[in-house]
Parts: sequence; C-alpha cells; structure tokens
Amino acid sequence: MDDLIKDFLVESNENLDRLDNELVKLETDPSSKELLSSVFRTIHTIKGSCGFLGFSKLEKVAHVGESLLSRLRDGKLSLTLDIMTGLLSMVDAIRTMLEEIQSTEQDGDGDYAELIGTLTRLQQETPENTSKTASRTQYSEPAREQEIASAEAKEDFPKSKPHPAVPSLAPAEDIPKSQDGSRPQSAAAETIRVDVHLLDRLMNLVGELVLTRNQITQFSALQNDPNLLGPTQQLNLLTSELQEQVMRTRMQPISNIFDKFPRVVRDVATAGGKQVQIEIEGKETELDRSLLEAIKDPLTHIIRNSVDHGIEMPDERSARGKRPEGHIKLRACHEGGQVLVEIIDDGGGIDTARIKNKAIERSLVSPQQASRMSEQELLNLIFLPGFSTADKVTKISGRGVGMDVVKTNIERVNGSVDLQSDPGRGTTIKIKIPLTVAIIRAVIIQSCGKRFAIPQVNIQELVRLDADRVRTEIELVHGVPVYRIRGRLLPLVYLNEGLRLTRPTPNQTGQGEAANIVVLQANDHLFGLVVDEINDSEEIVVKPLSKQLRGLKVFAGATIMGDGKVALILDVVGLAQHANILSEGRDRTLEEKTAELLKSRNQAQGEKQTFLLFTGPDDGRMALPLNAVSRLEEFPATQVEKSGGEWVIQYRGKILPLVRLDLVLEERRTRLRHIRKNTESAPVHVLVCHDQGQTIGIVVDRILDIVEDRAEVKTAPTRDGIHCAVVIQDRVTELIDIAAIQRIAGKNRPLSIEPAEVTD
Amino acid sequence: MAQTHQFCTFYLDRLMFGVELETVQEVIRYLEITEIPLAPRVVRGLMNLRGQIVTGIDLRRRLDLADRPAEAMPMNVVIRRADGAVSFLVDDIGDVVEVNEDSFEPPPETLRGNVREIILGVHKLEKQLMHVLNTERACETATADDLSATGR
Repeated sequence: MDDLIKDFLVESNENLDRLDNELVKLETDPSSKELLSSVFRTIHTIKGSCGFLGFSKLEKVAHVGESLLSRLRDGKLSLTLDIMTGLLSMVDAIRTMLEEIQSTEQDGDGDYAELIGTLTRLQQETPENTSKTASRTQYSEPAREQEIASAEAKEDFPKSKPHPAVPSLAPAEDIPKSQDGSRPQSAAAETIRVDVHLLDRLMNLVGELVLTRNQITQFSALQNDPNLLGPTQQLNLLTSELQEQVMRTRMQPISNIFDKFPRVVRDVATAGGKQVQIEIEGKETELDRSLLEAIKDPLTHIIRNSVDHGIEMPDERSARGKRPEGHIKLRACHEGGQVLVEIIDDGGGIDTARIKNKAIERSLVSPQQASRMSEQELLNLIFLPGFSTADKVTKISGRGVGMDVVKTNIERVNGSVDLQSDPGRGTTIKIKIPLTVAIIRAVIIQSCGKRFAIPQVNIQELVRLDADRVRTEIELVHGVPVYRIRGRLLPLVYLNEGLRLTRPTPNQTGQGEAANIVVLQANDHLFGLVVDEINDSEEIVVKPLSKQLRGLKVFAGATIMGDGKVALILDVVGLAQHANILSEGRDRTLEEKTAELLKSRNQAQGEKQTFLLFTGPDDGRMALPLNAVSRLEEFPATQVEKSGGEWVIQYRGKILPLVRLDLVLEERRTRLRHIRKNTESAPVHVLVCHDQGQTIGIVVDRILDIVEDRAEVKTAPTRDGIHCAVVIQDRVTELIDIAAIQRIAGKNRPLSIEPAEVTD
Repeated sequence: MAQTHQFCTFYLDRLMFGVELETVQEVIRYLEITEIPLAPRVVRGLMNLRGQIVTGIDLRRRLDLADRPAEAMPMNVVIRRADGAVSFLVDDIGDVVEVNEDSFEPPPETLRGNVREIILGVHKLEKQLMHVLNTERACETATADDLSATGR
C-alpha cells in the first residue's frame, strides 16, 4: 500500500478516536468553542487529505460534516441531540470507509446519500439564512451536491493539504485553535511512528539475547574466571535493562481502549433511554499492546452490560433514592506487577435469587445444589457458558450475555475476573492481567528426566516430602491421592501420569521416593503437581507452539533453555482440566462442577473440626459442626406453641420455628409414644442454627458433648437430611445437613400437624 | 519447451521423495529433539534451530511407513511456512533435481488411504521414481483423531 495512504489511515484513525471523545464531551458542554474547533479541525484534515488522495466519497461525507461543524463553531447553530447523533453517525461512516480503504485501497461502494442528506438538513435548521447558508441549501440535491462538494474541495485545497500527523500523545486542547495548518513542532519531534512488526522483531531479538545471556552466565559460573565474571555481570545488567526498555516500547497506555468507552456508554445509554455518566481513572496505566488487544473486547462487553442491564431507568433510580443519572467508574492501576482494571457501576446489582431460579430452570444446577450455594457461588454462575445463551435469561437476570467469553478471554492471557455485587447499590467487576506476555519468570521442574517450565504466577508454594512422609502424608480418597496442607485437602496430580511420561530407566514405581509438590492455582482451584525435581526459577521467553500442537491444552508454549534445548511450558489451567481438577469449559455442566465442589467440601471435612454431639431420634448419635450452631437453649415444654401447623417458640422477641428431627428424618417414626412421654414432662433441648439468613431451632433428645475430631468420612449420605456418616470418637455418627433438614421440614409441614397434639 | 521444476529430494525407507525447492528453508543434520507428551504420534517433538523453535514431523509416520531403527538419527528438511517453520524428519538427504513437467504422473488408482492425499504424484526419473509431496497436507497432523488418540 502506498505510504501516503498508510499514514493517512493511521492518522485518521487516531483522530477519529479522539473525535468520538470530544463529541461526547461536547454533549455535556455544548458551547465549548475549543472543543468545537478541535472537532472541526479534525474533520477538515480528513477531508483535505482524502481530496488529495482521491477518495471522493469519503471527502463528500467529511465535507458536509465540516460545513455543519463550521456553523456550530460560528454559533450559527446550537448543538441538539439530532445534530450530535448526525455527527456521530458521520464519524461511523468515515470509520467504515477507512476500514474499506485499509482492505481495498478504495473508499468502498457504500451509499451515504441519506447521511449526507441528514447532515445537510441539519445545517438548515436555523431561521437566519446568510448568503453562505443559502448557497449550501442546494446541497440537498444529491447530484448537485457532489459537484459542489468537489468544487469546494478544490477551492479549499491549498489550505487543506495533508497535515503532519497530530501527535496522538498531545492532548487536543494543546493544539492552538484557529490556525488549521500549523502544529506545535516540539511534540512531533519527540515522538515517531514505528511499525509494530519492527517492535515485535526487536522483542524477539531481545528474547534471544536473554537466552544467550543465560547461557553465558551459566558457563561463566562454571569457569570461575574473574576476567570472565566481570563482563558477564555487566552483560547481565545491560541485557535486563535492555529487555525492560524494549518491553516498554511495546507498552501502551490503557487510554487507547478506555477512550473508546465514553462513546460506547453514550450509545448504549441513549438506545436504552438511560442517563449514564462515565468516570475514567488511571488511563495512563501502561500495558503490553497484545494484552491491550486481548482485553478490549471483554471490557467493552462488560461496560455495555453495565449500562444496558446494570444501570436502572432514571425513574426507577429516583424511586430508589438515587440520582437519576447512572454512574460508571472505570479505574486502572498497577498492583503487584499486574494491572488491575475495575468497572464499578451504581446500578441495580445482580439479583442472586433470579440467577438461582434461572440456573435451575436451565438445569445448570439442581434445586438442592442451588440451595447450598453461597451468594458468591451464585454470582459466579453467570460465568457459565450455558447461562448466557438464551436472551430471555439475560433480560431477566440482568447480566450474563457472554460473560463466559469474557472470562475465557481474560484467562487466556493469564488474567482473572472477579465479580462483586451489592443488590440495589451496584456491581464491581475486577480484572487482573499481567503486564506482559513475552518474557515470564518460570520455575523449571523435571519429571522422568524431562524438563518443563511452570509460570511463576501460577505457583503458590513448593512442598518437599521425604520418603517417610510420602508414605504417611499422601493419603487416598477413594484411590485419589491428596495431601493435607494447613488443614485442607490438596488433590495431587502426578505429572508423569498426567503426561503419560515413561522413566528412561524403569527402576521403581515412584513409591518409596521423596516427593516434590508444586502447589498450583488454576482459576479458583488449588492442586498439587508431583514432580521429580524442582530446579531454579528463570526468566524464559515464551514461544507459541506451532499449529500442529495447538490442540494440546496442557502446554502454553515452549522455550529455549540455557543449554540450548527446548523445554515445554505447562499451562496450569489446561493441566488442571486435563487432570479433571477443573471442569472442562463447555463440555461439562455445572452439575458436575457443583458435585465436585461438594465432594471437595466433604473432603474438607476430613480435617480436624469441632463438633457438637447429640442424640437424635431413636437414640442415634448425631453431630453438627459447632460453627453451624449459634446457641444451645433449653425451653420448658409448655413454651412450645403451634402456629400455622408449625412448631414455634418465642425466642428473643422473635418467633423461632422448631424442627423435630424425629419427624424430619425417614423411617424413624416408630417411637412416637416414647417421644410424647418425653415432651410432656421434660424440657426441650434446642440447637439454634443459622442457615442462609434464616434461624431455625433443631429439637434434639440430649446434648452429649463438644469434641474436636478428624471425622473421617466413612459413608455417603445414609438418608435425606444427613450429610454423611462419619466416625467421631470411634463411633459412627450421622452428620446433619441443616439446609436439607430445613427443606424437608418445609415439605413435610402438613404432616407435622398430627403429632402437634402432643403439646396441647 | 516444457517447464522445469527444482526439487529437494530425500529418502524414507529407500523411497525417494521430493518437495519443491522454494518451500525449503534449509536442510540440516540431526538436531536434538524435545519430545512433546500427549502430542499426535506424527509430531516427534521440538527442536532449537538457532533460536527458532521448530516442530519436527516424522514423515515416516506421516506416510504410514515403518519407524526407522532407534539408533538412526533423522535429518531435517526445514519447510518455510506462513505460521513458522516445520521440519520434516527424513532418513537421508538427496540431491536437488531439476525435472521436466512431462515426466510427472498422478498416483495410480491403486494407491489408497491416508497416503493418497499427501502424495501428489511421481516424477519418472531415470533410475527411480520421485514421490512429490503435498507439503501443506504433510504438515496437517493435528486432526481430531490424532489428538484424541494421543496414546503412544
């Protein structure tokens, strides 16, 4: 492509981005001469350049826009919503044509007569017609308009020859107004345009240099020659410095994408009849351009969602006592070697009850599972692929269109997404992304004589177990190896098994050897990777795998080690999926995921916990984790009352519903008489429990003890209402599931009326 | 006069093969290979070609030929491709030959199966037949079956 055209495209695209912003700003400050002049200048420049380059169609559109703008600037017209919309569609049309030019070097065959007509009509909306505007009224006739447009372009031509690039870094306000041609030279002299490919190539070369540096450092450490050590150290420093600086050349301020958002917000808000203000903070935060590209779409998506679904309609907001104008805050900053981007809106927040219903409706979770999920777990449901497909879901649930895609895209660049919602007050989405992707710090590990690199960001800690401890501390959950780390069970994955590696010398089975565990974090899950050896941590250059290997999700890429050999970089998320630690994207439903979650919770109960032991119906030994019980109470039997078929008791100024285990649990209703005798005379023992915001009282026969025990899981749930059977103090004890008990109690309500006579 | 083409030739299990010279970046002796666990069988591993990471495709396996003896060190025919270089692992390197279009013949009907799509045809040389490879097809290894059957 012609260099002139290329320059024109780059320059015009930059200008258009600024234009969008300026126009949106103009809307809030319609009388700003400065903004109007700047907008006018930009369009004027584009018009001039394309006249010069022969893009007549583009020129025509720019021309009518310019005319309209000049009238605005001269105060002959005042800015209305119609004019603004017209101007924005003009910008869109210009952008479309620029894209066309980019791909075909022609300004395309789109028909813009209607737009031109609209823009022309808008110009005439003032009563006063000067001689100049009178002549312009004729433009409305398309054929004639073309003639005049080109005539005027020629006439303008000396004034509007292509300007040198407006330095994108210089704020528009700095450019002196009223002189179209001249630019401040100093800014232009300090920045140059560089081809991105050149930077990429430079980055590759630096990558090579880093490798060579590593090789030389290793070599010089072996030689122990002071003559070599000095220069090596110097080389080391210089290379690091060079690497840092070259990396910086690839950095771009996040404003490159942030600046597009005021327009997005405006468009979405206008379409939905809402008023939304956007506040941007930290737009000078820099990150690698490839990452910038990667987060652009997810961010746009989130912002559109925030405006479209998060922010309520103005009257609804007023009714809730909020300002009718919604507010979205976009914030970026560096935090611990990462870039943190926050999107905070003051909208309606996310209604978890609706999410729950929708998820159940779409059979992503079963009602039982849903009832056990925490608020945060419910919120995270919107990241599930199935959740977003039907638009009905999105309309009702508020958020969710393609949030799974957002999450996937961010995670692809090793980032993370976190969602917090305060119903009625708003939603905050936090995105964390690394600064750069090309060079990373990694720990080199070995398994079966093969080396692999693990990105350091994924590593939580390293654990080494000697042979004795391997025998005692690596335990099995139904044949699956786990290790207890600070009271939590960490599932273990043997790298050699996961990758089906074979030992070069098949001497042993891996038993009776020390184990090195690399504790890794994949999304929200921790798991331990068992490897043979853990070597150094090193800076490595990530090279993508060729097309033939893209299907291998367990590897993130490859790198060349100090000795010149190639090593593969493990993809922790892929590995976790491969080992079934994480469910694999779309293929698996939440059902399984939740089942796993519950399983891991059951496993977690293998750690030492404090239990409240009591006897339930039929003298059965039962237990509840102590933290589930808020108080133990004893009431005289006479205090128990009946309300709407339910047993209740007045407790601390509230009515506490009572649940009798003998009625709730199956197959234990044989000793009704015995219970009757008890309840008539003896006081009632009640465990006051809180569950999901509700307080219930569980009536038990006798409170036995409070014990700390490891509670090894022995069986799966024996019956409904029981979490599982465990061994506490060497006796089989049933662990109560409060949520389930509550559910059954609710279902059995009519039934519980019969024995209510007991208290009469 | 009929058009001539230059081919870089190499041998696999005593058969002579050729790829168009323009597609070849270089020919190089044995390089150390890092195996890739779980990779398709045809992909032998990764090599460091002066800082460039190159995927090695075992042409014997690609062409359903018997594996070369364990002690044999394969040579590399590095193919230049839009998305990075790929190396064909071959038994031995032959000469560059110039052939006339007339000597070309498509593969016989009796050639069937997987191999048929990789072999465009043969050039009838004086002493033997040179199989012309479709390099694009030869590089396609990560087919669905390959990846699912990752066993080795």
